[in-house]
Amino acid sequence: MNRHNAPDATVFKARGLTKVYRMGEVQVHALRGVDLDLYSGELVVLLGPSGSGKSTLLNILGGLDTPTDGQVFYGGLDLVRAREADLTRFRRRFVGFVFQFYNLIPSLTARENVAIVTEISDDPMTPEEALSLVNLQDRLDHFPSQLSGGEQQRVAIARAVAKRPAVLLCDEPTGALDSTTGIKVLEVLERINRELGTTTVVITHNAGIAAMADRVIHLSDGRIGQIIKNQTKAAPRELSW
Amino acid sequence: MRALHRKLLRELWQMRGQALAIAVVIAGGVATLVMSLSCLESLRLTRDAFYQEHRFSDVFASLKRAPESLREAVAEIPGVRHVETRIAAGANLDIPGYDDPATALLLSLPDGRNADLNRLYLRQGRLPEAGRDREIVVNEAFADAHGFAPGDRLAAVINGRRQELEIVGVALSPEHIYQIKPGDLFPDFERYAILWINRSQLAHAFDMDGAFNDLVLALSRETRAADILDRLDALLAPYGGLKAVDRSDQISHRYLSLELDQLAVMAQVFPTIFLGVAAFLLNVVFSRLISTQREQIAVLKAFGYANREVGLHYVQLVLLITFLGVALGMAGGVWFGQRMAELYRDFFRFPFLEYVLSTRVILIGCAVSTGAGLLGTIAAVRRAVRLPPAEAMRPEPPPTFRPTVLERFGLQALFSQPTRMILRNIERRPVKSLLSALGIAMACGILMVGRFQESAIDYMLAVQFGLSQRDDLTVTFTEPTSHRVVHDLQALEGVYLVEPFRSAAVELRHAHRTFRTALQGVGAGGDLHRILDADLNVLALPEEGVALTDYLAEMLGISPGDLLEVDVLEGRRQLVRVPVAGLIKEYMGVSAYMEMEALSRLLGEGQAASGALLAIDAGYREEILRKLKDSPRVAGITDRNTAIANFMDSMADTVLIFAFFSTILAGSIAFGVIYNNARIALAERSRELASLRVLGFSRGEIGYILLGEMALITVAALPIGFLIGRGLTAYLVKGMESDLYRIPLIIEPGVFAFSTVVVLVSSLISGLIVARRLGRLDLVEVLKTKE
Repeated sequence: MNRHNAPDATVFKARGLTKVYRMGEVQVHALRGVDLDLYSGELVVLLGPSGSGKSTLLNILGGLDTPTDGQVFYGGLDLVRAREADLTRFRRRFVGFVFQFYNLIPSLTARENVAIVTEISDDPMTPEEALSLVNLQDRLDHFPSQLSGGEQQRVAIARAVAKRPAVLLCDEPTGALDSTTGIKVLEVLERINRELGTTTVVITHNAGIAAMADRVIHLSDGRIGQIIKNQTKAAPRELSW
Repeated sequence: MRALHRKLLRELWQMRGQALAIAVVIAGGVATLVMSLSCLESLRLTRDAFYQEHRFSDVFASLKRAPESLREAVAEIPGVRHVETRIAAGANLDIPGYDDPATALLLSLPDGRNADLNRLYLRQGRLPEAGRDREIVVNEAFADAHGFAPGDRLAAVINGRRQELEIVGVALSPEHIYQIKPGDLFPDFERYAILWINRSQLAHAFDMDGAFNDLVLALSRETRAADILDRLDALLAPYGGLKAVDRSDQISHRYLSLELDQLAVMAQVFPTIFLGVAAFLLNVVFSRLISTQREQIAVLKAFGYANREVGLHYVQLVLLITFLGVALGMAGGVWFGQRMAELYRDFFRFPFLEYVLSTRVILIGCAVSTGAGLLGTIAAVRRAVRLPPAEAMRPEPPPTFRPTVLERFGLQALFSQPTRMILRNIERRPVKSLLSALGIAMACGILMVGRFQESAIDYMLAVQFGLSQRDDLTVTFTEPTSHRVVHDLQALEGVYLVEPFRSAAVELRHAHRTFRTALQGVGAGGDLHRILDADLNVLALPEEGVALTDYLAEMLGISPGDLLEVDVLEGRRQLVRVPVAGLIKEYMGVSAYMEMEALSRLLGEGQAASGALLAIDAGYREEILRKLKDSPRVAGITDRNTAIANFMDSMADTVLIFAFFSTILAGSIAFGVIYNNARIALAERSRELASLRVLGFSRGEIGYILLGEMALITVAALPIGFLIGRGLTAYLVKGMESDLYRIPLIIEPGVFAFSTVVVLVSSLISGLIVARRLGRLDLVEVLKTKE
């Protein structure tokens, strides 16, 4: 399997995805039959209110979770039937994650938070390269607690892209940030998508962000509502927040 | 270094207080283990080497007098490899500048050479030369006690004749590693000597030319001593032979074996407790750590770390803490072990005591503590391994709470809201609360074990010497003597009271069990040696029948009313059956008692005394001792105060050191458990408590919610701790009991009080530390962060 597929090749193919899980004493129907194709190199925004099943969908695509029913393929890899070890290898080689709350390891510096991923990758950038990609070359040896929220999120992005992943999955990457900082983070994502050709999925409930996507997929109540293809993509700084 | 390893080290540093507390508890376990095992191994190796190099004999027999020609007959018993005949005799010593009575065991050496069996290890000087009378070798302990060296002189009354002797050598013998005067409870190096002397001189003094009265055998490798003993006894019987014994009944060997057994008990009990507690602490700390690191675990997995790698990461953290404990414990164990070996070197007489720390002991220490560490954390680590990353991304659902049992009974009005929070929290996690209580209870229990001995030994001494043996001096005669001697003793100035006693060497038998001891005849209504029953009331000995120490009855499997076979090993050597009339309580030694006249009738002799008990005016002590020493009939004098002092000397060091260490170690357990619990409670609940502060609760009120739970668990732990302490004490007492002495299971109220105080002080200190942190709780910061 190639690391980067030809443009317009289908990267992910999902059919009839259903997910039910228990939360304490409550049953949650997170996905109710989702069909979806994602193409190589595109930037997709998954838009929907909280509880619409966006995160669940993203987790399944990233091999962090398995659906209750339905099929997902990453290229030729069947993510539903894959064994635990195969999923681990899949995540290690192809997927980069960015989370809403950054989820940096507090006991490691910015450089080390990136290194923890590059150390297990085949052909990574150096942590320094990855951090200069997000303009943090001056804050290499700062601990997360010494960084602002925007800086932490940029470290998280550096960590996600340092291994040159085929897909970048971002779960509300600006959810915890103010608009100025959020736009900086989105600029970084846009640049990575453009320069590295990384297929990028961004989850948000902020409709303003949708303008920077190639495609916008609306999700509500566990189902896909509509899919809109943007004719022209807006630059992040032009977004109305 | 890899980033994951950096994470490990930084997190270890961050939790250093807790990690150190756990490491110290592990260290306690490893230290006691290494100390006991290394000491045990060192002693065994030393003993075996000494036995082998100096040809410790396999069988020991003494008799009245037999011609040397009997030796051939003994040598012909199949399995006997070597026979050595000797002369053994007692003597009173006259040591220049030393007034106390001292006695010696005189043992013959072949003229001018070392013995074939039980060969002497010469520490200084040389052996007596052939044809040189009056040259002796003395045992090292005695020489040390008096500062004797070759060239020094002393006098001995040998068979009634005073002789000047010259010390030419100082030696050790495998036969007398533990040197104790028969009948004494503890060694007295100043007052009891072993002297080796040329056989011809000793034969001359006792009219034993061409004869012997003591015999030692070496057996061939495949022969069992038990098969030889009967045939040997049959051969020796016509010559006044006492029953021959094998090594297991040889006094020095037996004491040494008992000591080793006790070390082995120690090597089991204490490490088990310490490592159990350490496992529990690790469990608590790692459960907490892993639940706070849910999201970090999820991230690692999201970026492709395999479950195995995540598990290994936490296992490494466990191992780091464990190894810190092992390192501390090894160092401590070696240090304690060496101190302990030094104690043994003084107590037992070995020519050398090589302290060895074998790879085996190190491996056992590492394996056992690592095992305990992993066992304690396996559940938590498994949770980390199994944690599905997607689930870890979602916040933990709120824990399920229910009204407590008390509230369901409609008692909620009794409790304020904070108190209800405390109760619900305890009830929601009963296992965790119980384990916390159990950890504290363990600490309480160990504290009791450490403290109990001192008071139990005081009690034992009070019973033995306050209620039962109340004489000031015990005089033993060279042979049974008529009661007229009593009048002579009574006539000495300063003697208040004289009570004669008869003591006969016997072998007691019941079914297939046998035991050798002294059958003691005690005068009716005597005041200086009183026989006590189980309730410590003075027991009047019945006119017929024998009263047995309860421990002896248990060893023989006999109860009151049963018939006991008594094989008398002296005089006319008859075999008689006597009913067991009652059981008595004694903490030291095991004896059988009869009314003195009944014993005389049993022995078929008129009134005869083996010795007498004296109550004296302390002001006349020196004078009385001097007169007794000059009396040819007196074989030995035991001074009660010396006996107590000796006992305290030999026990006190060991016991006090033991108590000191176990107090420190148990204190560290108590503190480790309580401090860890408090820190974790604080970490788990700081958000909740901060919310309450924001809602208007005072610092005192939230302190109450957190510390109240700790206090409640601590208080609940104390009675469990008392039970555990009692159980451990009983186990230890049982493990250490022997026919030499039995420490009574008496736990003074002070022991409970002491343990309670240490536990409460540990709680208080932990509480204060936590309260200080609670005071500094940054409300905004705590509430802003995502739990």
